[in-house]
Amino acid sequence: MSAEAAAAAGTARAGTFAIWLLRGVRLMTAPALGIVLFLGFWHISASNIDTSLGQFPGPVQVVEQASALFDEHREQRAKVAAFEQRQEKRIQKKLERDPQAQVKRRSYTGKPSYLDQIFTSIYTVLFGFLLASCVAVPLGIVCGLSEGAYRAANPIIQVFKPVSPLAWLPLVTMVVSAVYVSEDPLFEKSFLNSAFTVMLCCLWPTVINTTVGVAGLDKDLANVSRVIKLAPLTHVRRIVLPASVPMIFTGLRLSLATGWMVLIAAEMLAQNPGLGKFIWDEFQNGSSNSLSRIMVAVLTIGLIGFVLDRGMLTLQRFFSWDKQAVLR
Amino acid sequence: MNPILDLSQVGKTFYSDQESFEALRDVDLKIAHGEFVSLIGHSGCGKSTVLNIVAGLEPATSGGAILNGKEISGPGPDRGVVFQNHALMPWLTVYENVELAVKSVFKGRKSAVEMRQWIEHNLRLVNMEHAQSKRPDEISGGMKQRVGIARALAMEPQVLLMDEPFGALDALTRAQLQETTMSIHRELGNTVIMITHDVDEAVLLSDRIVMMTNGPAATIGQIVTVNLPRPRRRLELAEDPTFNHCRKVVLDFLYAAHEPPAEGPIVEIEDAPNVDLSSDPDSAASDASRAA
Repeated sequence: MSAEAAAAAGTARAGTFAIWLLRGVRLMTAPALGIVLFLGFWHISASNIDTSLGQFPGPVQVVEQASALFDEHREQRAKVAAFEQRQEKRIQKKLERDPQAQVKRRSYTGKPSYLDQIFTSIYTVLFGFLLASCVAVPLGIVCGLSEGAYRAANPIIQVFKPVSPLAWLPLVTMVVSAVYVSEDPLFEKSFLNSAFTVMLCCLWPTVINTTVGVAGLDKDLANVSRVIKLAPLTHVRRIVLPASVPMIFTGLRLSLATGWMVLIAAEMLAQNPGLGKFIWDEFQNGSSNSLSRIMVAVLTIGLIGFVLDRGMLTLQRFFSWDKQAVLR
Repeated sequence: MNPILDLSQVGKTFYSDQESFEALRDVDLKIAHGEFVSLIGHSGCGKSTVLNIVAGLEPATSGGAILNGKEISGPGPDRGVVFQNHALMPWLTVYENVELAVKSVFKGRKSAVEMRQWIEHNLRLVNMEHAQSKRPDEISGGMKQRVGIARALAMEPQVLLMDEPFGALDALTRAQLQETTMSIHRELGNTVIMITHDVDEAVLLSDRIVMMTNGPAATIGQIVTVNLPRPRRRLELAEDPTFNHCRKVVLDFLYAAHEPPAEGPIVEIEDAPNVDLSSDPDSAASDASRAA
């Protein structure tokens, strides 16, 4: 390569980089402006609100508390590590004295850190959502394929759909504690309570949207399937499912969003571990930092909800045959 | 004549919540093996209903249709359907669309290799072997319709049913597909029933043209036999007296004896069930533009 050619290539590369940079700037300007405006508005209004727990937290206090919560999490982890170490030492000593000795290991029982609460909540919502989807998608397909099944299921769906899942919470709690009796439980009861409550509210949007999607199958495509006499399962797999992926995913996304909202409320109400409990504890605690910490939780909940929804979109893109479809 | 298909006294009435609509009454038609028959008539005259009854997609309210000595009671691959809007699965490639039909129809009768050869053979018949791995949205309207024809042929049907197969295509593409259809008919000798709005197309392709009266209670008004030798060549036929005579008979029937209904089309239950029916008199054209 001659020197000029190399220089030209270099210029071209610099050119594409500049274009890329410019596009990035143009894409980011509007969202960045929106965020800055919001932060300013928040800061000014927060400084004008005084509560019995002090001034309403502005962005600065919230960032401080967020990093404090993270530090506490690290301290907590250090404590757990220290505890494990002590326990191991004790066991070693005991075994040295008497190799036949009964060894008992205990798990750390301290307060869960903020990050622990986050993961508990995510784990719970995904579990409940997964259970609900396993029921709702097949049910929706059946209702969409068969007018009779739809008419049979519809009254029940319509009555249960508007019920706040929190109304179910006491019933779920009682049933779980009565039915789920185990010496060595795989799941905590509180976890199951939250998960089932989430499940009960995740069912309906998925059932309804799947039904609508399946029932809206193009008549010609359905006729093709009749003419070539596709077996029922093949019909569902090769024709119904690909055609209704967009509607199924609309339902799933609505379900997951509702499930996430409901979970926080359920955790507050039932004192089940998770972000909801964290908020409630902070509220009861009532220290000068509480409001800022609750605000951290509020933002965390929003961000996780957003990430969950993006995750669903990615899944939809993976499952959808139409990769060009604009998904919002 | 020993008919492969025998429609006798076929009637169809649609019932909605309050009212009923009699679309067809006393349709009698016998079609011989290897015959190419066109159904022509104004929009809403029940052509598609006849086709759907033969396909088994809709049951007749009265009378019956007998295919090869057996009464038609439901759809099946012995009556391959070419849909007006191709009806290809947009998520399957050209090959997979035909494969879906072949696998279902020949399950247990053909080996995997035979199936592949059969699919490729049928795609070659319609000159689509080069686009096997393309999705329907990557090919033109005419090509999609070719694949639709290949899929129907791949079912090895006793009767090929074509519901305005070229209605949504431009004139040049339409002419090409007419040639393809003629050559396939010549080669395979299959029995074809085709719905069309196009008089020239009907005369060019058909052995007989069945003209239907306007609904409600539409029936067969007149049948003209096209005594033209095959293979037929479009350009030579333009000045052929038989061709022009047949053409005139059909045109007279459609535009003199059976004017389109005065107050717009009768609700087209069988043509476009899902479409908002505005009072557009030329609904064939709007059908075409919708499909395009």
